[in-house]
Amino acid sequence: MAGGKEQKARGRHISESKLTKVILILIAIFFVVVMIVLPLLTVLFEGLEKGLDVYLKALTEKDAFSALKLTLITALIVVPINTIFGVLIAWAITKFKFRGKQLLITLIDLPFAVSPVIAGLVFILMFGASGFFGEFLFQNDIKIIFAVPGIVIATLFITVPFVARELIPLMQQQGIQEEEAAISLGAKGFQVFFKVTLPNIKWGLLYGVILCNARVMGEFGAVSVVSGHIRGMTNTLPLHVEILYNEYQFTAAFAVASLLMVLAIFTLVIKGIVEWKERLQAKREAEYLYLESGA
Amino acid sequence: MMALGKLKKGKQTIIPGFKLTLGVSLAYLSLLVFIPLALVFVKSAELTFAEFWDITTNPRVLQAYKITFLTSLVAAIINCIFGLIIAWVLVRYSFPGKKIIDALIDIPFALPTAVAGIALTAIYAKNGWLGSILEPLGIKIAYYPPGIVIALIFIGIPFVVRTVQPVIEDLDQEIEEAAVMLGAYRLKTFVKVVLPALFPALLTGFTLAFARGIGEYGSVVFISGNKPMVTEIAPLLIMTRLEQYDYAGATAIAAVLLVASFILLLLINLLQWRMNRKISAQV
Repeated sequence: MAGGKEQKARGRHISESKLTKVILILIAIFFVVVMIVLPLLTVLFEGLEKGLDVYLKALTEKDAFSALKLTLITALIVVPINTIFGVLIAWAITKFKFRGKQLLITLIDLPFAVSPVIAGLVFILMFGASGFFGEFLFQNDIKIIFAVPGIVIATLFITVPFVARELIPLMQQQGIQEEEAAISLGAKGFQVFFKVTLPNIKWGLLYGVILCNARVMGEFGAVSVVSGHIRGMTNTLPLHVEILYNEYQFTAAFAVASLLMVLAIFTLVIKGIVEWKERLQAKREAEYLYLESGA
Repeated sequence: MMALGKLKKGKQTIIPGFKLTLGVSLAYLSLLVFIPLALVFVKSAELTFAEFWDITTNPRVLQAYKITFLTSLVAAIINCIFGLIIAWVLVRYSFPGKKIIDALIDIPFALPTAVAGIALTAIYAKNGWLGSILEPLGIKIAYYPPGIVIALIFIGIPFVVRTVQPVIEDLDQEIEEAAVMLGAYRLKTFVKVVLPALFPALLTGFTLAFARGIGEYGSVVFISGNKPMVTEIAPLLIMTRLEQYDYAGATAIAAVLLVASFILLLLINLLQWRMNRKISAQV
């Protein structure tokens, strides 16, 4: 999303005075430092306040470990499913013209617009003890709410848009000529996708997957509603942070939180790499077109 | 872009998989998103209108709605001001550390809300880094409504910056030139020429931040202190009702919030559609 476009040098008559510039830059830096850098530093500082030993102990403690395990399991299930469906949705929307397409694009965003708490609530209404399938699930002894499947389903709901949202603008921009050319040369559907489409969208796809993963591992509201907070059973990392915090084990809470912070920073580093790679790819393509037109 | 415009109806393309991908997508979205969300309204319809009215106009509930909307509104306005300045500075000026500032703007997207919540609480609590400075001045943030606003500013800032930034990049330098030629000063050029061009993007960013704010839970619950009638937000009230197994209450409160979210989502799409049309009209 961030633009890498370099601005041309601007004449003095259409730029601000030096003083205005300095003031605006200082305001921007001040805001980012206070609102964004300070919270990050706080997590690290509070986590390490009582020394490295306490920090490491909080991370290796039994409940923290099982929370980490559940978080990883959830990600391993949710990320691949929503990646596959995200690609399918993006393919349907960008490769064809059909009625109601704009509506579909809007509807994909629904999980973004809905409060995470409501995302949890809907699955309580569906699978909870007095929910629509409550009786059926009880008789067949299937546990969804206050169990791992509930966490997985609520997280699936929350992260539906991530991959599709990254891919749709990218695939729209690339059009369909290359795919059409491949098909007229005799390629089959899957061949077209893996040999033509995928190489074109791989960096955007990677970023969508990483962003989806970050949200899966960090989701709090929706998971909080359906999990039941059973220690060592249905606790994900963010829920574990909450429990520790509410028990006034601040150092431990911030230590576990620092793990999630590392995940966030890792996500943004990948984003930086992806944007750099995309720029390279665009540049190569532009050069190629230039050579073509010259020949 | 031109080739897309010339393409005929979906069925005539030679690209395979239309029925398969659209069918599977619709089935997945229906089962996972549409039907579950519709349950909120189905369940609400089980209540009589009087019951529904009683639940949603209960003073504590009304106050929670008010707090939710007001804090989201204030945070979104503050984010518009700072978001515009940050986006402007990132596009137009060069200064050391610019790339880092640009990257940091995305932190609220990637950082789990619970982590943001406890970190902000620690900063603004009485003994925190900023709280210990502000509290003696009589400014209380953590466990008071301003705390909610702080959390929502954190959550919302990337929405404004990332919608306004590309529009500033695409601003036509010549229009600003023309304004100067016609004798406008810089400030006048900015107010009369630049700001109107940025307004749709700012409004979209504002709506995105506002919509995110009214649903936000994770970052707010820690810093707000959750006092009924003072710092209790609507999503938390839904949570409380659920914990008391009052599903009807939770669902009715959720239905109102959901309708607000739908309206905002429609508004965002309308704005974005209009912005896109404007851009393609210019090209």
